Amino acid sequence: MTGEPAAVVVSELSAGYPGVRALESVSITVPRRSICALLGANGSGKSTLFKSLLGLHRPSAGSVRLFGLEPAKARRRNQVSYVPQHEQVDASFPISVEQVVMMGRYGHMGLTRRTRPADRLACDEALEQVGLTELRRRGIGELSGGQRKRAFLARAIAQRSPLMLLDEPFAGVDRGSEQLISTVLKALRDESDTTVVISTHHLAGVAELADEVVLLHQRVLASGLPEDVLTEEQLGRSFGSVLRENP
Amino acid sequence: MIEILTQPLEFTFMQHALAAAVISSVVCAMLSCWLVLMGWSLMGEAVAHSILPGIVLAQIFGLPMALGAFVFGMLAVLLIGGISGNSTLKHDTSIGVVFTSLFALGLVLISRTPSQTHLTHILFGNVLGISQADLLQTAGLGLATVAVLLALRRSLVLLAFDKIHAHTIGMSTGALSLLLLSLLALTTVTSLQTLGILLVVAMLVVPGATALLLCRRFGWMLVVAAGSAAASAMLGVYASYWFDTSTGGSIVLAQSAQFLLAYLFAPAKGMTPRLRQGRGRRVAPLSTFPPLDAKDPA
Repeated sequence: MTGEPAAVVVSELSAGYPGVRALESVSITVPRRSICALLGANGSGKSTLFKSLLGLHRPSAGSVRLFGLEPAKARRRNQVSYVPQHEQVDASFPISVEQVVMMGRYGHMGLTRRTRPADRLACDEALEQVGLTELRRRGIGELSGGQRKRAFLARAIAQRSPLMLLDEPFAGVDRGSEQLISTVLKALRDESDTTVVISTHHLAGVAELADEVVLLHQRVLASGLPEDVLTEEQLGRSFGSVLRENP
Repeated sequence: MIEILTQPLEFTFMQHALAAAVISSVVCAMLSCWLVLMGWSLMGEAVAHSILPGIVLAQIFGLPMALGAFVFGMLAVLLIGGISGNSTLKHDTSIGVVFTSLFALGLVLISRTPSQTHLTHILFGNVLGISQADLLQTAGLGLATVAVLLALRRSLVLLAFDKIHAHTIGMSTGALSLLLLSLLALTTVTSLQTLGILLVVAMLVVPGATALLLCRRFGWMLVVAAGSAAASAMLGVYASYWFDTSTGGSIVLAQSAQFLLAYLFAPAKGMTPRLRQGRGRRVAPLSTFPPLDAKDPA
């Protein structure tokens, strides 16, 4: 640990949109080789926090450092991978599963994105890991929700970045895929020294998967070990009516 | 029978017309594959209309027409981006405001310029009046555009498919978008003589749309779009010779006919196969709706 900067350091981050305050002095530190879950209801600011980590949203105050680097520098050095939400994907796009996964390697390639044997190997391994080897030549639109999620996870695996961000990885995903994704994320942490940050409003499975949970509602309500944070009282403050309506 | 094909080519102007029509339709068609996937079909229309004042000004100052057109095409692109980026107006609104304003400016300039500018040639093209120099320019710029498109093919596909991933791996999505728009402006200029401002839009949208209906992979889309556009160009030029019809109009109609066939009979995505499988009245797929967090500022 000596002198090695943490994977993610967010300090005093405030951000918003005209008329809306989405985040207020949020400070989070995610140590390397851990799985961190950002937990919050819709509108809690977790999308904005994710956008700030990716450099897609300019914060009004505070700073973000990834491995001690500015987000832009970290991106250029291939330090960050991102698994999008379901709805962000154009399922009618004429592209195959393996072409999507190969896009994870583009950051390692030259301007014309010519593939080398190492890239093909990384793709093969990633597809194997998420169990999509058989479906690699399918179109991305011909997959089920869970399979599509796994395809984008494979893209992030093939990228081999030390930090992986996943936006709602369990939304619209069947039970089998959910289990597989959890297993793969743990393997990435334990075997590839990857730091994983997931953003989710699903409580199920979080306690079992995450090393650390951050409860977010504009500000950090609580953070720490899952068993300390995922108490009924804490969750009530964050999710409020949501929990009562969907127990 | 063979005379139908050879007789028109006894005239030099017909040789030039055929070559220019095929070259510019193929270049437009390849570009159109990206435009339809980026959701930029309307941008093609905007750029095409906006270059009118550029052409007129270039003629007034004795500059190359292509230069004036390119400058105004880029001006339109920057204005559209600037207005929608710095106001609450939606993108299509700023497109509508910018291109009609620039087109109107062009009309006013023409009416005050006592020159040999033929408005009809700019609007509808003059493919039968193409000189050898024009043809060489079309071929040169077209070749350069295709070379850039093919070299950056994979990056541009990623840009169309997943901008956030492109951004995440450190690509400059803004610069790449601007490059694609520059190619659009350049291509519009080179195709102007063949089809004119009004119909060049068709060449920038229809072949890509036809190919998207027929293909499951982007690589094939490029091939099918280019092939369909080349066939349409030849059909249109010959039809206009034998039936004495508008050349530009005939080319576009040939493209539209191919689109209609693809729309009706394309193996997986056409109407007929889908109706037969009872999926004809399927509601729009989820992906056509904006992402959920688009409405949700937090």
